Amino acid sequence: MLTRDWAWGGSTGRGVRVCILDSGIERGHPLVGTVESAVCVSVDEDGEAIVAEDEVGDLCGHGTACAGIVRSLAPDCELHSVRVLGEGFTGSGPVLLEGLRWAVAHGYDVINMSLSTTKSSFVGALHELADSAYFRRTILVASAHNMPVESYPWRFSSVVSVASHEEPDPFVFYSNPHPPVELFARGLDLEVAWLGGGSLRVTGNSFATPHIAGLCALVLGKHPGLTPFQLKTVLLLTASNVGGGQ
Amino acid sequence: MTGSDIRAAVAAGVLPAEEQFGALLQSIVDVGRAIFGARAASIFLLDEAADELVFTAVSGEGHESLVGRRFPSGTGVAGWVLVTRQALVIEDVGEDERFAPDAAESTGFVPRALMAAPLLHGEQVLGVLEILDRPRRASFSLGEMDLLSLFAGQAAIALGLLARAREAKAVLEGHAELQPVADLAAALERLEEPRREAAVRLLETLRELLDAPSDR
Repeated sequence: MLTRDWAWGGSTGRGVRVCILDSGIERGHPLVGTVESAVCVSVDEDGEAIVAEDEVGDLCGHGTACAGIVRSLAPDCELHSVRVLGEGFTGSGPVLLEGLRWAVAHGYDVINMSLSTTKSSFVGALHELADSAYFRRTILVASAHNMPVESYPWRFSSVVSVASHEEPDPFVFYSNPHPPVELFARGLDLEVAWLGGGSLRVTGNSFATPHIAGLCALVLGKHPGLTPFQLKTVLLLTASNVGGGQ
Repeated sequence: MTGSDIRAAVAAGVLPAEEQFGALLQSIVDVGRAIFGARAASIFLLDEAADELVFTAVSGEGHESLVGRRFPSGTGVAGWVLVTRQALVIEDVGEDERFAPDAAESTGFVPRALMAAPLLHGEQVLGVLEILDRPRRASFSLGEMDLLSLFAGQAAIALGLLARAREAKAVLEGHAELQPVADLAAALERLEEPRREAAVRLLETLRELLDAPSDR
């Protein structure tokens, strides 16, 4: 029987590269620690991606929160920031797409995507990128919606989609027998890193997602080279309502 | 001029005035504030052309001064919610407005807590709903998140109607020759029976006349 101890016992996420595709990460935050790299993505008038060193950090606090959650589960993983927010709403769709393209091309082991788009014109390109990540052994962990709307990429079967449960244990997560939401993780009333070196209490699926990204980093730290299919199987078999509850 | 322009003119004639949609949105934020027992609630409409969020309805603190005020669409938590389409709740902001600068700037007070949800209508994101300073209860639940999302769904429908009414009025402004069509639709809407029935017969006759081959 595949156990949690087999899956990640003794792992600290060392050697695993985790990308936070979000609002940036605040440098020097005590709950985040070292950020190995940080870039900012924008698009020019012709729709060409511009990727530059990010000097800004985090404009909102959300990316820092996600990074802190991943760090709390996988203390020795490498954190990388790809900032796709902060330039306003106009152009945010293409920026998100180009940010993901850049992250997939750079071969991160785990990409945390606590965001989604409702624009149907991006669905095809997002789908191709999600599949491309899947075949390149990059696990894409994406926040699901609790609203009755069509949004992406969490609905794709090549990603791991995450919504929230109500329990306070960061290692409790449930496999959902009724997709498209695949897993439920801690996303209710939890303390996270925020701007100014501080922390606050938050709720949302976007905070459940980095719990699973952190777990993926732990598993990959112990079992490098697992494919997303294998990793999903490990997550299923160690979920609290399957094998992990024992 | 296209068929859709003419339909927009008819719609502009019969749709409620903008003030009535404003009253609907105001009622939504008033009820939202009451349901959550919050200090304030706001609806922000996205102005895509200006890339800004606009205070469209406010209940509670800031009600008088805020409607119409704008800020950049990428700002703070509201901007994050708008772009990512994800709802979130933040507690214990404390007195430090770095945590929620958008809310602090826009309402004139620094909230302790805020709940924010995107206003989604089909594939469009129309704006953001924010509930500020709801009392902290011992057990916050995902049920409250669901309530926020349901509420945001209702607000989005109202906001969608407002956006359509504005589009219809904009078409009318661009095609002054369509004003009589809008006026006619509005006049018909106001008529009561039996004059209304007579007016419909008259219009039907007019349509037959207009449809008739020109060589007759």
